[in-house]
Amino acid sequence: MKFITEFRQSELAEGLISQIHRKSKTPVRFMEFCGGHTVTIFRYGIRQLLPETIEMVSGPGCPVCVTANADLDKAIALSRMPDIIITTFGDMIKVPGSYSSLQKAKADGADVRMVYSTMDALKIAEENHDKSVVFLGIGFETTAPTIAASVLQAEERGIKNYYVLSMHKLCPPVIRTLLDSGEVKLHGLICPGHVSTVIGSHPWEFIARDYGIPCVVSGFEPLDVLQCVAMLVEQVENGESKVEIAYRRGVRPEGNQEALKLIGQTFKPCPTEWRGIGNVPDSGLKLKNKYQSFDAELAFDIDPGPTYEPAGCICGDILRGVKTPADCNLFGKACTPENPVGPCMVSSEGSCSAYYLYGGNLEG
Amino acid sequence: MCLAIPALIKSIEDKEADVEIGGITRRISLWLTPEAKVGDYALVHTGYAINILDQEEGEETLRLLREIAKAEE
Repeated sequence: MKFITEFRQSELAEGLISQIHRKSKTPVRFMEFCGGHTVTIFRYGIRQLLPETIEMVSGPGCPVCVTANADLDKAIALSRMPDIIITTFGDMIKVPGSYSSLQKAKADGADVRMVYSTMDALKIAEENHDKSVVFLGIGFETTAPTIAASVLQAEERGIKNYYVLSMHKLCPPVIRTLLDSGEVKLHGLICPGHVSTVIGSHPWEFIARDYGIPCVVSGFEPLDVLQCVAMLVEQVENGESKVEIAYRRGVRPEGNQEALKLIGQTFKPCPTEWRGIGNVPDSGLKLKNKYQSFDAELAFDIDPGPTYEPAGCICGDILRGVKTPADCNLFGKACTPENPVGPCMVSSEGSCSAYYLYGGNLEG
Repeated sequence: MCLAIPALIKSIEDKEADVEIGGITRRISLWLTPEAKVGDYALVHTGYAINILDQEEGEETLRLLREIAKAEE
């Protein structure tokens, strides 16, 4: 397939691997922020192909994984209220909250429907006038404009029974929080590709400027990630720290201005809670007053009760990059993709899931 | 979660398009990419085109990678 198979050619990968081995002298730790990159790295065995000088750590870039239990509990409580249809992307259904999951609520009779797109959720709202249709708005800057577009379409089409429970998260503020904590020392950051498709490469400049960390925006095919690592190595060995784009076919420095306009029109930044990281200022999105009739938090009196974290689960530490799934006592025993305890095992992009499926003999 | 797939735009109707992804035709929204044209490759995320792929940049990247592979032989 065009723009996919071409970026999986093994002979071109060999060239990049050889260049990385030849040029990498300084011991470094690179973080791939995005769960999509984690999957590419594990699926294609990229960690095993890199020289010993390069250590890779996975970051918190999986929206399902970083959704706080309190927010999951809210969604589950909402699904149990009368005349509500919950519409959501598939990954959210199995994630356990403090007491239950959407899957269990559905088994108990809640109307929870998996959709591919907010367009499907709008259609369900049009077909069920007597019900309130709530879309669980999770996702980073990649997904937020599609939710913004759904609100604007609902307004345009006069759909009054469509609501969004906004649990969106923004990436640059949480990276600042991680770096300020000093818990994990990085020498390079693989910046998320499709988040950057929307926001561009400029929002990462503070990382190169203020923290001296090289940044390269990567695509999701194996050649993309290898090229990105080669560019990070080049910066490290030249003593540089700047923002570069390896994924030029998909990312422009200025991003997608139309998508940014729609986000700005419907949402405003707010503080939000990240699993394992805590409350991060201006890292969430809340519907603006003009669109508050679509805000599920305001429309419904949701009472999820107190929140609990699962005993023994270290997803929070894994999301901050300070521990790996191999450090977890539950991993592969009490916690598997079939019976997940924490979200990093549920989401197909979670670190635990990637380790479980492709980790093989990796120790850390 | 941020998965997005390149898809060829076959036809456009108002703010929607029919695209082909690996032989399958799907309807997507063009709300985020009003500049889309038939023959473009859209980057499709949850049913929305979040960008139009820059085909020249894609070719340029491949050309660079072929050069590296040749130099490293």
